[in-house]
Order: sequence, then C-alpha cells, then structure tokens
Amino acid sequence: MRVLMFGWEFPPHIAGGLGTACYGIVKGLAYNGVETLFVMPSASGDEDTEAATIINASDVPVDTVSTSVEDFLDKVKFIHIGSNMLPYINPEEFSSIVEEERRRQVKDFRIQYGQKYKFSGKYGANLLEEVARYAMVGGTIAMERRDEFDIIHAHDWLTYMAGIAAKELTGKPLVVHVHATSYDRGDENHIDTRVLDIETRGMLAADKVVTVSDLTRGIVINKYGIDPAKVVTVHNAVDFSGRENLQVERGIRDKVVTFLGRITFQKGPEYFIEAAAKVLKRTTGVRFVMAGSGDMMNRCIRHVARLGISDRFHFTGFLRGADVQKMFALSDVYVMPSVSEPFGISPLEAMRTGVPSVISHQSGAAEVLKYAFKVDFWDVDAMADQIYALLQYPALAKFAAKQGFDEVNTLKWNAATAKLKKVYESALKQ
Amino acid sequence: MKKSVCLYFQVHQPTRLRLYRFFDIGKDSHYYDDFADRTILKRVAQKCYLPMNQLLLDVIKQQKGAFKVAFSLSGSVLEQFERYAPEVIDSFRALADTGCVEFLAETYYHSLASLASEAEFSHQVLKHKAQVEQLFGQTPKVFRNTELIYSDSIGKQVYQLGFKTMLTEGARHIMGWKSPDYVYSCAEQPKLKLLLRNYSLSDDIAFRFSNKSWKDWPLTAEKYLSWLKQSEGEIINLFMDYETFGEHQAASSGIFDFMRYLPEAITQDGTFEFVTPSQAARKHKAVAPIDVPQTISWADEERDVTAWLGNELQQDAFNKLYAQTEKLSILNNPTLWEDFGHLQESDHFYYMCTKFFSDGEVHKYFNPYDTPYEAFINYMNVLSDFIIRVNDALTVSTPEVAPAKKKTVTKTKKK
Repeated sequence: MRVLMFGWEFPPHIAGGLGTACYGIVKGLAYNGVETLFVMPSASGDEDTEAATIINASDVPVDTVSTSVEDFLDKVKFIHIGSNMLPYINPEEFSSIVEEERRRQVKDFRIQYGQKYKFSGKYGANLLEEVARYAMVGGTIAMERRDEFDIIHAHDWLTYMAGIAAKELTGKPLVVHVHATSYDRGDENHIDTRVLDIETRGMLAADKVVTVSDLTRGIVINKYGIDPAKVVTVHNAVDFSGRENLQVERGIRDKVVTFLGRITFQKGPEYFIEAAAKVLKRTTGVRFVMAGSGDMMNRCIRHVARLGISDRFHFTGFLRGADVQKMFALSDVYVMPSVSEPFGISPLEAMRTGVPSVISHQSGAAEVLKYAFKVDFWDVDAMADQIYALLQYPALAKFAAKQGFDEVNTLKWNAATAKLKKVYESALKQ
Repeated sequence: MKKSVCLYFQVHQPTRLRLYRFFDIGKDSHYYDDFADRTILKRVAQKCYLPMNQLLLDVIKQQKGAFKVAFSLSGSVLEQFERYAPEVIDSFRALADTGCVEFLAETYYHSLASLASEAEFSHQVLKHKAQVEQLFGQTPKVFRNTELIYSDSIGKQVYQLGFKTMLTEGARHIMGWKSPDYVYSCAEQPKLKLLLRNYSLSDDIAFRFSNKSWKDWPLTAEKYLSWLKQSEGEIINLFMDYETFGEHQAASSGIFDFMRYLPEAITQDGTFEFVTPSQAARKHKAVAPIDVPQTISWADEERDVTAWLGNELQQDAFNKLYAQTEKLSILNNPTLWEDFGHLQESDHFYYMCTKFFSDGEVHKYFNPYDTPYEAFINYMNVLSDFIIRVNDALTVSTPEVAPAKKKTVTKTKKK
C-alpha cells in the first residue's frame, strides 16, 4: 500500500509536536509495509529519507496541473481563503462578491500560482495564504504522481485543503488526521472561524477521520458534527529510540515539581499555580517550576507574586533542546493540568525520564497511561493531594516512576500504525 | 540678604544582575553582570563624571569660591569607581579639597531600607557615612534618602541618626499652595530642616534641556536666570541626577556650555548666591512644618513609591528579600551582608515596574530588561539562591539535614 501524506513539518526542523508525530507515523507505516510520499511546504534536505520519500512543495511549479485554470479552480473550488469576512449582506451582494472573488482568483492564479512558491513552512502571519498555496501545489503533486499512491492522508487543518484538492483531482480516498482542534487552541469565544471552517471542510470531505484520542473523537463528532462511523481513534505513541536519559547534577536539595509547555489557557497553568500554593502551605523543601512561555505567562507571574510564593515558584522562560531534557531530569513530579489536550506527549517524556506524572482527565494521554496520576484539571485540591503524596511518600514515587517508565516504553508507533493501516484499508474498501 | 541657589547632584550606578537562570540556583552564587557594570561605568565616566567634574572644578576656581555644589554618591557607585575607574574618585576628591563641595549621606546601597526596616536603614546610613569620611575626609551632615523618599516618620528616624537637614521632593500634592522655595521642617521632628526640590526648575535642566519641541528650547543661562528671579521664595533647590550632564543630555545639546556659564550669570546678577545644603540650613529659618503622612519621592508623575513597590511583583520580591533581615543579623556574615545589600538596590525593583504608560519613557531608558516580568523572574532566581545560602549558613553548625527528612528527625526526638 502507498500513501500520499501531507504534513507541515518533519524533523529535524520542527516547531511543534506535529513533526515528531509525523516522523513516528511514517517510520511505523514503513514497518507495516506502507510506503509514504511525504509532502511538506518547505523541506531543508536534511530530513530522514529512509522511511519516506520527501517532496518539497517549494520545488513544485503549479502550471502543469490542468489545461484550463478555470477547470482546476472548479475542481478545488474555493480553496483560496480570503480574509474578507463580511457579515450582514444580502444574497445579491453576496453572489456578486463571490463572482468578483472568483474572477480575482483566476487572475491571481495566472499571475502568482503558475510558478514555484517558496513556502516558509512556519506558523507565521500569512499562514492562511500559505495553506491556500499549499493546496494548489498539493493538487499538482497529486496529479503528477497519481499512479504512485493509493490513498491520501492529511495532518491537521494546515494540510486539509491540500488533501481535499488531491482527492478532488485524483478521486482517491482521503484520510484526515486530527492532532488538535480549534476547541483545544483557544476558549470557545475566541475561535478563528476561518480555521474552524477549513477543519470542518476537511473532516466532511474525508472518507475517514483519525483522532489522536477518544477525547478528540468526541469533539470531532459533537462539535464538528461528523458521522461517528467514520471517526476512528488511533492513540499517539512515542519514539524513544537512541535516547539516553540525561544525568544532571542538582543545585538544589529541594524536590522539584514541574509544569512544561506553552503557558496558555488550554494548558491550565493557573490550576498548577493554585495547587502549588496549597502544597507549599503544607510542606517546605519543594520548589515549583513553570517552564515555557505563552500569552498567559505574565498573568501567571503576577498570580504567583500575589500568592506570595515567588521564592518557591520559578519561571524558566522558553526551553529548547537539551534544556528540556535537563528540566525533566531535575524534576521529581511532572504535572500536566491541561484544560483540553488532544493527546499530550510531555507526560510520556517525563515518565520515560523516570518522573512520576500527574495529568488531567481532560487529556488524550490519560486514556492510555495507567500509571499516571489523573485528576480533573479544575480539582486543584486533588492535584495538590497527589503532588504532596508523590513528594512525601518515597515508596509511591518509586513505584510510579518504575511502572511509568515501563509503560511508556510499550507505547510504540509500530502498533499504532498497524491500526492506522487498517483505517486505510477500510477507506479503500468503501 | 541674597536669595540662595542650592545645587545637588545624585551619583549612582546599580549593581546589575546577570542573566541568572533557574538552573543556576544552588550552583552559582555570583549574581552580577560585571561586564555590563564596567562597560557602562567607563562610558558614563568618559561622557559625564570626568568632564563634568573638571568643569565644576574650573568654575569653582574661576568664581573664587562663590560657586558651591553638593553631591551624594551611593556606596554602589563608589565600589564601581574603585574597581573600574579610580580616577573618578580622585576627581571627586579634588572637588572636595576646594571646600566648596559638600557630600551628603544616603543609604549605602541606594536602597529602599527606609520603607522596610529601621535597623537595616540605620546600618546602611552609617556604613555610607563612614565611606564618605574615608574617601573625601568630610563627615556628612545632611541626609538624602534614595530617590528623595521621605515621610514624617522617616524624617524622625533621620534626625535620630544625627542629621539636622534632609532633602526631599517639593511634591505638589504635599505642598498645596505653598512654595518649595523656602526651608521647612519635619512635622514630627521640628528640629529637622527640609530642603525641597523645585521640580519644575530642576526638570527644565534634567529632562527638558535638549527637547527641541519644548517651547523654551534652546535654554540659555540668561533665560534660566530670569526664571529663577521670578521666584518669590528664599531658596531655590535644584536637585538632579549627575548623569544629566553628558549622559541623559548629550554633550552636543550644549549642556556643558550651559553649566559653564550659568554660575557666572547668577553671581554677576547678584540676586542669588550659591549655598551648599548645610549652609542653606544655617542661613534660612524654617518657615513652617510640612505634613507628609504618606511616603513621597521624586519619581514619576505621582511622586510616590509606586515606581518600586506599586505592583504585586515588586511587593512580593521586596517582602521576600526583607524577610531575611533577622536571619542575617544572627549570622553576621560579611559576604552575605554584601549580597544582601546589593540585592536591596532600588533599581532592581524599578525594573519590575509596570507603569508603562505615563512614565514609560524614563523607565525604559534605565531598564536592561525587555519586560518587568523578565526582571522579576531573574531577580527571584537570584534571591532564591541567596535565601538557600542564608538558610544553609544557619544550619551549618548542625550536620547536614536533608529538608525532606526533617519531619522524621523531629518525630524520633519526641519519642
């Protein structure tokens, strides 16, 4: 079986967890006998090509795709996302705007798209434009290579339009993979409707929707209204091959409780702070660390100061590379209090380092980790309780560390991708 | 009797903290960015301290003693001079030798100790006094608190420390209809005379001098003298940062030329004579006590202490720092005292200020951090390491007891 896969990033150059997951999936698929053509907006050439053929979208000109531009645009429909959201207009006006937009797109296409486009492949300001261009290029690639794959697989909303274009042009089945949804990115009142729209279109157009957890599956079904029959959960795994645990000399004798991740609303940083304050009331000899940065960081710093615990609650700012490993190695307890976490790989990393983890029930990881301590994100008393127990009762901490370490080592991509392969097969049968 | 003009310049440089990360806590107890301190100090010495000292020395000689000026040099900047630019100390000593220059007392570490602890405050004042005596052969008689911070109760403490005159801000909200151009006295201690800064005339030089959009630009000695003469009071106190000359106001603005000719213009005119703060206190009677129940300072629009203690970050850092005072006095360890002193410098708290909007310009100018939050994080990391050292020093006599095991130890004792 051969798959045309649309991703946004791929190791070694990654900004988020998506690239790491794609790498694991591609390697696992290869193990299960599935060949992958992996398309990404901007490849650097140093990607691992052993597991997949990497296609750099920046190298592909679009002009060969179709004899007629109108025909091509008809097929991929209104992929171009304008930023002109106009509320309160009557149908006549709307239709004239749509016509105008269509003419503009055809013109635009002739001027801009009929050539190579240098993608940044990042998550910058003109992300939506890159997404649209990526769809154009994706369609071209699918047409050029239509004999080289059986199924299309698109990861997250950034690539859904490319997936749709490829499906429209080749007629092959599409699987979209939901690593995160708009509902995990912000609170419900601050959702980017343009992104939400692309997500919905991708899921509707797909023959199968893969979600990284049952939690996400529920969101896809309930919030996006997708038919439950075509939504399948394939839990994430983690690839620790070649990883040696770091030995770090400790500067402080106190125990360390760590939060590591973006400091944003959906990661629940404030629940961590509240729990920290509760633990600090009962015991000294412990320090709390919030590692990472994000739009809630300053608010959290003020919160900590207001609680008067800033001599025992530290912020590290954004950590990169080896510092992340160092932080895990320095930790005694890891906490992930996410309000909404499609999966959440960080507790697996912590447990692999031998650090017991407390995670929220509102995370996909909670579905697979037996030996992580689980609480509701809002239940700061329970959270404080478990942190306290792990700090005070060495037998418990030792047990959790040992069992957790063994457990995460069993979560292999080879098994997860075997399930994914079954999804492909069922999509092909339809 | 001629009216008086009293000039006083503040000289201070903070001991800047290096980027101190969480990972450094417990491992590295050197907190300071010596490179930045040295670079900045050398630059300011070349642009301001050395040329301005020379200029003042020339003017004193030329005026044959009719020109007088006062300085307050923080202990922190004196330490930096000794380390990186000892020639600046020599040039201040040359000024001291003219007999026309008075040196004032302040808290050694340019600290906010007056707001935290009476004991720490007096400790620092006496330390500073001794340092001035040693370097300049003068015993300071007049006190100037960090950032001109003052309240009735601080005034009382200052008098108890042996000072009969103190400088502070002629803040509009405490003056009301009264003019700052007289000598006043402390409401709680009538024997303490107060010299109040005329902020409008001081800021004309310190802030507005080079501002080309100011309606009175360019400022000349004659124009400025005419403004001084408009005052109906007895004494005009012009207090400002010494770095005004050549640093905040660049040499190209003409600030040095202005300062070279202003003394001559004033003495030739004959309405005013220059006095030092001590002379001013002897010469003028206090016209009235002035009530300052709430603490004031010379900073920002509000003229209060919110630039250092206005938000929760500053307050928590401040409380955590001064919570160490008692432990430190038990220990009496010179190295710890010294770090404690440097961590008290008001500048660290100033960097955490979040009042971006009204006085953001001035704050930004002095701030090595991008945001007050970064300043706070860095400071708290340093302070955490310091607290660990203090606590370790306290338990050093008893063999190492791991904090986690403490509980069981006490339990077995009970049994």
